[in-house]
Parts: sequence; structure tokens; C-alpha cells
Amino acid sequence: MIHFVVHDENDSVGVVVVEGVKSGDTLSGWIMDQDKEITLKAKGDIPIGHKLAIRALDNKSTVIKYGVDIGRAVAPIQVGEHAHVHNIKTKRW
Amino acid sequence: MAMDLSKASFRGYKRENGRIGVRNHVIILPVDDLSNAAAEAVAHNIKGALALPHPYGRLQFGADLELFFRTLVGTGSNPNVAAVVVIGIEEGWTQRVVDGIAKTGKPVSGFGIELHGDHDTIMRASRAAKESLQWASGLRREERPLADLWVSTKCGESDTTSGCGANPTVGNAFDKLYPQGVTLVFGETTELTGGEQLVAARCRTPEIRDRFMFMFNRYQDLVNRHKTDDLSESQPTKGNIAGGLTTIEEKALGNIQKIGRKCVVDGVIDKGEAPTGPGLWFMDSSSAAAEMVTLCAASGYVVHFFPTGQGNVIGNPILPVIKLCANPRTVRTMSEHIDVDVSGLLRREMTPDQAGDALLDMMFQTANGRLTSAEALGHREFVLTRLYESA
Repeated sequence: MIHFVVHDENDSVGVVVVEGVKSGDTLSGWIMDQDKEITLKAKGDIPIGHKLAIRALDNKSTVIKYGVDIGRAVAPIQVGEHAHVHNIKTKRW
Repeated sequence: MAMDLSKASFRGYKRENGRIGVRNHVIILPVDDLSNAAAEAVAHNIKGALALPHPYGRLQFGADLELFFRTLVGTGSNPNVAAVVVIGIEEGWTQRVVDGIAKTGKPVSGFGIELHGDHDTIMRASRAAKESLQWASGLRREERPLADLWVSTKCGESDTTSGCGANPTVGNAFDKLYPQGVTLVFGETTELTGGEQLVAARCRTPEIRDRFMFMFNRYQDLVNRHKTDDLSESQPTKGNIAGGLTTIEEKALGNIQKIGRKCVVDGVIDKGEAPTGPGLWFMDSSSAAAEMVTLCAASGYVVHFFPTGQGNVIGNPILPVIKLCANPRTVRTMSEHIDVDVSGLLRREMTPDQAGDALLDMMFQTANGRLTSAEALGHREFVLTRLYESA
């Protein structure tokens, strides 16, 4: 069963595609472009559609999704942690 | 095995100017806010005629006025419309809209309210609408090649599943329609922010690239001139954020999945302009769903692909809007709005090719006359784009 999907293996984040992910759950991820699977542990409850970090991100580092820059971290983010507006901001506007 | 489209056809209505429609509407088109009451009264009198009320048309000027006329004339000229009755407060601008639509050769008549009042106008316009409706009801669909179809796309209430499921499904379908000579369009200028270089790289010539970047930068200037913050909750919207989208860049990269991997951008049009040949067009446009879909209808598109994540319920009075969704929660909780369920993509139960073919199958059914969910539910959002204040 797939719990989250990742566009590209170089991405920083994946997307939870099932409902009810709880802190501590072991999650299976599918990397779509390379057709690979990875496993990690959720650090926090994550709603469907929301992102989790698949690699550790330092504060102010660039967040990669689709293999492209989607903004900057505004706090350190650990692997498996919920990654959203509280810890990522746009570089535009 | 992907669908073979090389001999594909659909059954549509051939209009006087050679364009093919997939609907056969008779519309009552008010020129201005003051004429909505009369237009709605005519549509009430004549069963099957469709009024398109809107709040504008007074004291507009300059480029905003040109866009206004382009949108009304384009809507009336759309091949999904068989005939038009135009009603305005005065005869000058009413005639301007009538003359614009008349260039298609379709039946169109105009009525000014001043010196007549609502009662007399409604009576005369109702007579014209009845004649048009009976005439249109006698028209028959005919077999037409796929290349006669014009297909637009715009997504709405997107979430992260849009970028991994529903939008790539549109992209897969666009990649299959493009080689068949179908006329395609995408837009949503601000929603390319962060991915504009990817679109620029897909433009066929340097001139088209320059035109695209001109449109992109023009919209960025507008945002920068009026913004009071980073636009979070407007772009991305509150709904996008609830669905897990964090930044405009992330939303844009998901949005761009809709133009597939093979299509080339063959041209750039301004809001509501008609494309001049087949291929993929970029239209400078608002990213607000009803505004963008209304502009697609004004440009002459006859079928629309609308991927959604969180469940945007939009429709259009004359342009059938096919909704597809990959978010299993939305498909479950809002099933009456979803025409094509592609949530299997995210469970690896469906391949991108299968999802694209499912959308194309629904496109052919819709083009042949099947009502979309939005049509069955009565969603007729007709929303004109404004550029600035009235004079």
C-alpha cells in the first residue's frame, strides 16, 4: 500500500495520499519518476494531500519538489515531519 | 495500449462559419447589468432559452471596454451557441454586440430598452427568442473529425493530488490530442509563477517565447503593484493550503502538468481572443476558475477539462466543463461533481495512459451530447474579467 508519493528522487518532500496518517506510523512511499519505493516514519499526524519531508532540511534551505525550487524552509524540518506553511514560504512576491 | 485517435470523430453542430459546436444553446445576452431583468424574463417565457446575466457593461473604457466587448461577442460567437438575442439599455452598444456576433453568420437580433421599457422589450425579444429556439431545435448533429474540436483546460481548488494525478491526466490527454490537430489552450498567468521558465522553454519560436514572457511579466507587475503581503490565502488560495499546497511555486509546477510532456506552445493570445490555428495556445488570463472558463468560452472553445483536488464545483452556461479528480476524499465526499475519477493513479491501480484515455472517453461522450455533472447541476457561472474601475 502506498501512503505517500514523491515526484522525483531528488525532491525534499513527498505527498500523503491516504487519510489518517498518525505520528509514528511507518509509511511506504512511491517515487513516481524513477518508479522506486522508500519507507520512513511519520513525525506527527499528516492530513491527506499534505507534505512530509523525505530528507532533512536546514532553516533557509531550498525546498525541491518536481525536481524544482518551490520555496525556502523557514525552520529546520526533520525527515517524516509535516512540511507546510508553518515551515516553508514562497521565494516570490 | 493507448487510445488510437487517428480516425476518431464526434458528432457536432456545424455552424454558418464552419466551426463545430457540441451544444445547441439559444442565449439571451444582456449588454449590461440593467438588462438582466429583461433577459431573464425572456428566458423564463421561452423554455429552453438561456439568459446570461452579469454585473457589468456600464461606463467601462479603454482596454477594459475592449475586453468586455470581446468577451460578449466571443460568447455569442461560440459554436456551442446556435442563435443569440441581445438586450441592452440603449441601442448603440447593443448593436455593437449584435454586429460582432453577426460576423459568424448565425441568427442574432438586438433590442434596446430605452424608449420602450421592459414590458415591450421583453415581448419583442421573446418573439425573436421563440423563433430562434424552434429553428435551432431543427438542427442536427453530424459526424466530424476530432481536429474540429477545440479543448480548453484550467484547474481549480487544486491540492497536491492535482499535481500528481488529475493535472498529469489532462497532460496525457493533451499529448494525445495535440498530434491530431486539435486546438488547445491553457492559461492562468499568475499560476505559472515559479515554473514560467519551463513554459518559456516549451514555446515554439523566440517570438512566441517573448510574447509569453511579456504576458507573464505584465501580470507579475500587476501583482507587485497591488499586493500588501505575499498573497498567501489568495494565491495559493485558502482551499489550496487546506489541501496541502504551500507556495505559489509548488502550485504552479502542479498546474503546468496540464500541458503534458510533448505539446509545444504554438501561440499566445490575450484574454478572450480567438486562436488562429490548431495547436497549443497560451492565453493570458486570471487564475480564478469562473473568469478563466468564461474567457475560454469567449475564445471559442467547446469542451473544457477541469481538474480539481479539493472540489471546485464550477460550470459555465455554454461550455461543458468536465471535472476530474485524483483525491480519494473529494471523490467520496463530492461525487456528484466529479465526471472522471482518477484517484486510482495514486494507489498505482491506474496508469497515466489509462487515466488519460478515461478522460478522452468522457470528452467524446460529452462532445456527442452527454451532459457533464456541472451542466446537470445547473452550474452556469458567467464571470467577466475586469481590468480596472469604471469611469
